[in-house]
Amino acid sequence: MKAQEYSVVGTRPIRHDGADKVTGRALYGADFQMAGLLYGHILRSPHAHARIRRIDTTKAEKLPGVKAVLTAADFPQAPDRLVDLGEGDTPLSYARGNVLASGKALYRGHAVAAVAASSAHIAEEAAGLIEVDYEVLSCALTAPEAMREGAPIIHEDLKTKEFGESTGRVSNVAEHFRHVMGDIEAGFAEAEVVVEREFHTATVHQGYIEPHNATALWNTDGRILIWCSTQGSFVVRDVTACLLDVPVSRVRVTPMEIGGGFGGKIPVYLEPVAALLSKKTGHPVKILMSRKDVFEGTGPTPGSYIKVKIGARKDGHITAAQAYLAYEAGAYPGSMVAPGAMCVFAAYDIANVVIDGFDVVVNKPSTAAYRAPGATNAAFATETVVDEIAEKLGIDPLDLRLKNAAKEGTRRADGPKYRRIGCVEVIEAMKKHPHYAAPLGGPNRGRGVAVGFWFNVGLPSSCTISVNADGTVNLVEGSTDIGGTRTSIAMQAAEVLGIPAEDVRPTVVDTDSVGFTAVTGGSRVTFATGWAAYEAAQDVMRQLKERVAKLWETDAASVTADHGVFRSGDKSMTFRELAAKLDQTGGPVVGSGAVNPRGVGGSFSGNIVDVEVDPETGKVTILRFTAVQDAGRAIHPSYVEGQMQGGSAQGIGWALNEEYYMNRDGTMMNSSLLDYRMPTALDLPMIDTVIVEVPNPGHPFGARGVGEANIIPPPGAIANAIHRAVGVRMRRLPMNPPAVMEAIWSQRD
Amino acid sequence: MPAKVRVQTIINGEPQEFLCEPRQSLLECLRDVVGLTGTKEGCNDGNCGACTVMLDDRVVTSCLVLGVEAEGCRITTIEGIAMGSELHPLQRSFLENAALQCGICTPGFIVAAKALLDHDPNPSEEQIRLWLANNLCRCTGYDKIIRAVQQAAAQAQEVRA
Repeated sequence: MKAQEYSVVGTRPIRHDGADKVTGRALYGADFQMAGLLYGHILRSPHAHARIRRIDTTKAEKLPGVKAVLTAADFPQAPDRLVDLGEGDTPLSYARGNVLASGKALYRGHAVAAVAASSAHIAEEAAGLIEVDYEVLSCALTAPEAMREGAPIIHEDLKTKEFGESTGRVSNVAEHFRHVMGDIEAGFAEAEVVVEREFHTATVHQGYIEPHNATALWNTDGRILIWCSTQGSFVVRDVTACLLDVPVSRVRVTPMEIGGGFGGKIPVYLEPVAALLSKKTGHPVKILMSRKDVFEGTGPTPGSYIKVKIGARKDGHITAAQAYLAYEAGAYPGSMVAPGAMCVFAAYDIANVVIDGFDVVVNKPSTAAYRAPGATNAAFATETVVDEIAEKLGIDPLDLRLKNAAKEGTRRADGPKYRRIGCVEVIEAMKKHPHYAAPLGGPNRGRGVAVGFWFNVGLPSSCTISVNADGTVNLVEGSTDIGGTRTSIAMQAAEVLGIPAEDVRPTVVDTDSVGFTAVTGGSRVTFATGWAAYEAAQDVMRQLKERVAKLWETDAASVTADHGVFRSGDKSMTFRELAAKLDQTGGPVVGSGAVNPRGVGGSFSGNIVDVEVDPETGKVTILRFTAVQDAGRAIHPSYVEGQMQGGSAQGIGWALNEEYYMNRDGTMMNSSLLDYRMPTALDLPMIDTVIVEVPNPGHPFGARGVGEANIIPPPGAIANAIHRAVGVRMRRLPMNPPAVMEAIWSQRD
Repeated sequence: MPAKVRVQTIINGEPQEFLCEPRQSLLECLRDVVGLTGTKEGCNDGNCGACTVMLDDRVVTSCLVLGVEAEGCRITTIEGIAMGSELHPLQRSFLENAALQCGICTPGFIVAAKALLDHDPNPSEEQIRLWLANNLCRCTGYDKIIRAVQQAAAQAQEVRA
């Protein structure tokens, strides 16, 4: 199909779940109710690092209304093995240990015990009556701290892996890996300007507005039924089955509507606990996290320590780049340093590169994905160093980026060679944008630019489509809809079927009712589940052509279909007319698609941002913000813009305000939405968007995932803008008023 | 267990009586006692605005109001915004502008925005941003929400003109 022939792709239909979501009828996890429901509460560790000597639940059990109390000892102690937690393999013992601590509490907020009671208030009261005898241990809170000689050891059995081999040495460094390309020494020798800088970024949270929740019923037939808010219903199913040591077919997960995730609702926290409480009580059990639980017990994305060194010739050609990335994994290995290393120089075509990555455990919550996980930290470092080089060489920062931009055929240091990508087109669109040439109009104002790359993922997805007698179709899929993907998936089916998007009714169903579908993450849903819908629709069309052939007593190969009209010779029939004749021609038509697509297309994004810095307070105001991103082909442009605007806002929050403000004991001092300061409507201007379309050759409609790349450039772009406004280089996130004032003062000294 | 208290209110125009514990918030009463789950909990400490409702003529975060305090009050929740089977113009413009992604903050935004337009039918962008600064959205960056409110206001002006 050629772009200009599309009648659905690229349009902006009203989302199918829209009416439910503007009237309050949509049912999210916390809204789920059933008869006999009990309420659970999780007791969490008040210490960042402590040995659990003894847990006494006697008093809690005696409180009227309490039905059950459980600890890690209640979990079946299945032998350790690797399990897929949605974004790669992890030892079962880590997954189990994070759900309920066993032996040691590894962060403040680590779940230690759980209660089920007749009301949420009683459950909370009872949790307060559980007596835990802790031996408090000293803690390590940042990567540099945890890597120091003599640092408190968080896992006594964690042996450092170096370059893929175990060293046999116990330390907080779970892994050190290295990507090498070209000859780094020769590259720097060739350079006429070299800039090397250090960066620190704070731990930040995904900040979804809906806290985690789960309801579970361990039925009398041994089946475990779960209703929850998750980015991956099949991940919840598989992890719950693993932790409870039952076959996956015994677990059914119904994904309720989800109130945001951004990567933070991939890990499983509550479901296995709710299921065990249900087994103990014979009742369904619902657990809701508080906002404090969400901050202290889930998510965040890693804080990091980064060094970046880049060398260039006087003409701006970058000859070498080196990065040292140490990311906090939190309590368990797996810090997103790997994707950080993939993305740190991903926007540039550089011949000589060395990247060292360190995955470091610390006494903070186990980290989770957050929108292009790992890439934002890394790009903040790279984009400010690139800006400094442009400044030193007197070259326009976009021209310097264009000169070195990655393109088709560029090889990244971690291995892959790019297919057709839109890096150059994104930078050119930034250059052309009127914003780039507009006057700043006042003192203490500056304009900054930055770019970012996210590789996106494919992964398995399934979909079925049933044709109704009135010519509409029902589409069934398994991707939790976090931002309008029911519609972007339905649109791809509608395009193939030649019917309006409104005639496709998409539903996200439970794990018994659709084939395996991986997480809503990696910007994959519109790409991969959309592709499954495309395949299912093709399957429907193939069957429908056979039905037409039967009716017209002709060969199916002679039947063509165009915009919902079937033709053969001089005969024609609409999709709707044919749908009414299915019973006469063999019965219902159901198409299915199940894919694990290759052909993922990475997405580039770029920002132009104007700031004003108050030299008296250090407050940075965003005056104007333009986001540019390559969508390949925008299936539903409004929701592509929405992703770009939302990612930009999160990036701005990360840049200017957000951080886990920890005291020395490892207590987060700002665990409320008042003190963990996410951007409000008053903090932001309108966010202008430019969708660049460089079709992805690996997708039927050319789509690239657009969910993530947009969060990457804001911190770098804002740091560069602050530099132009007041002359200081910011190398620490967040760039909040105290940090900016400190930089201004140290410049005056 | 504390004794329950009888509370008489008018919710979305209909008389509604319910029993609640003195410690239960209005948010809990609406969701768990009355069964109106359109009002959402995001923080339970007044900082996110997901539980925004109208209490008489005031915009409140219902997690910071006790159920017993609602005695004798008129309450409007998201379930009371549409006019029968017809969406309110704000609800329509939220859909037309794609002003929601996950949708969890949407009920609070629509209740708050309706209160704004009832109070000032022609607010500036700055006024809309200030009024809605009590409501957090993590998905949209607010751009499309502000535009949706502007569009609903403009359409209402046209109807009046």
